[in-house]
Amino acid sequence: MLIRRSEDINPSEITPEHLYVNRREFMRSASVAGIGLASHLLLPGILIGQDRWPRGRKGPYDTDEEVSTFKDITTYNNFYEFGVDKSDPAENSGRFKPKPWTVRIEGEIKRPATYNLEDLLAPHKLQDRIYRMRCVEGWSMVIPWRGIPLAEIIRKVEPTSHARYVAFETVYRPEEMPGQKRRVLEWPYVEGLRLDEAMNPLSFLAVGLYGKDLLNQNGAPFRLVVPWKYGFKGIKSIVKIKFVRSQPPTTWNISAREEYGFYANVNPDVDHPRWSQKNERRIGEFFRRKTLMFNGYADQVASMYSGLDLRANY
Amino acid sequence: MKQVRWEKRVLRPLVYLAALTPFFDLVWRAVDQSLSANPIKEITEVTGIWTLRFLVITLAVTPLRDLTGWSQIGTFRRMLGLFAFFYGFLHFTTYVALDQYFALEDIFSDVVKRPFITVGFASFLLMIPLALTSPNRVARRIGGRRWKALHRTVYAVALGGVFHYLWLVKADTSRPLLYGSILMSLLLFRIWSYFRSRRNITGQVSNGGVNEGVAKESLDAKLD
Repeated sequence: MLIRRSEDINPSEITPEHLYVNRREFMRSASVAGIGLASHLLLPGILIGQDRWPRGRKGPYDTDEEVSTFKDITTYNNFYEFGVDKSDPAENSGRFKPKPWTVRIEGEIKRPATYNLEDLLAPHKLQDRIYRMRCVEGWSMVIPWRGIPLAEIIRKVEPTSHARYVAFETVYRPEEMPGQKRRVLEWPYVEGLRLDEAMNPLSFLAVGLYGKDLLNQNGAPFRLVVPWKYGFKGIKSIVKIKFVRSQPPTTWNISAREEYGFYANVNPDVDHPRWSQKNERRIGEFFRRKTLMFNGYADQVASMYSGLDLRANY
Repeated sequence: MKQVRWEKRVLRPLVYLAALTPFFDLVWRAVDQSLSANPIKEITEVTGIWTLRFLVITLAVTPLRDLTGWSQIGTFRRMLGLFAFFYGFLHFTTYVALDQYFALEDIFSDVVKRPFITVGFASFLLMIPLALTSPNRVARRIGGRRWKALHRTVYAVALGGVFHYLWLVKADTSRPLLYGSILMSLLLFRIWSYFRSRRNITGQVSNGGVNEGVAKESLDAKLD
């Protein structure tokens, strides 16, 4: 167990099971008249009776927007290692073994080493972060992550003055990840950040969500979360972190250079060549909402890009 | 004669029901709230893929009839084509009403700027005259030759559908390419049978006009 404590969920905040079961029953009978479709599209999930992460006790980086349901977060995923459909990761990840897990941290650092994940995390206190997640495909969620700031790990391994970028790599296990048997993308999945981006207090290594260990479909046992960038930057099931001198290759950029840049900052003014990025559909909502610059995190991240042409560096 | 009756009375209603199954499945999943976390996208994808499937199925009818000699299945072609339009209409309506909620400006810029939407939109527009001219009454007024020429645009529609699909997927092109290759083989079959019949005709006397006054239900087969 990477997550040992769950003392921050007050038992009184959890909806008793019989209540939401009954609500569901009510909705089910009402839906015969077609109300089901309308409510499914229009009503917030709480009325339909799905579990929500409790509100309250917000940290400085947390959004106070309504959190997406656990069910939505764990059944609607892009994780091509398990298949290209959104339902594939939940359906095809049963054989994946996220523990034991080791991570290699190497490159331009004082102490390259291979860590047992539990040892790597042990000295750190896990934090909760409620972040928006904006997919490049035009939908978004709000996810209560649990993990540690990436900066804490970076400080611990002491990058040398040559380190300019951080490169990440996903595990390659075609036997456990059926999507890797087809070369839809080049495996293993790789991603990268500029070192200052990686050090930004928003950059997060998540080991859980909704107070529980990450499920396989969400990138178990640990994954990157960079909420001002499109979701595909959040590389999952990480086995290698390497500090490098020059900009590392990134998987979607290799796949389609014109469509997915290295930066991939959420930007409503720079369209994806094949679709608009002006707005998005928040999962669980009917109407599209406007997409915010840097996904609403401009205050924390915009200064890193002053002087950078965001249209050329999409 | 007995066979004709079986196909009309049993097979036709069965095909009709089967063709509506994806629609009823969508309705059921909407009631059951199992249309994924993103129901509008799911509806869009399901109606879209069934449009393409019915286009391919419709275009497969004639080759199947010619290869098997089962002449009665020719009469299913129009119904199947209309189901392609039915799902295409649902697909288009889902995009306009549910996905974009009538944001005409955004829809317009999508159609103009995004090639996959441009070609999808054009294909849908091209289906409209085909659906409108499908009743026998209208087909007769137009006349067989012109009707036939008009309905050849279904090839463009299906091709447009394949490109619409191909240009929208992010990385895995296997499914659009599968539909593309099925479509290409159906087209190749038609080219092949066109040249074959031309060769035959040069040696024979054309039988044009012989079929005047055929029964209403065989009009489909005639407008080949």
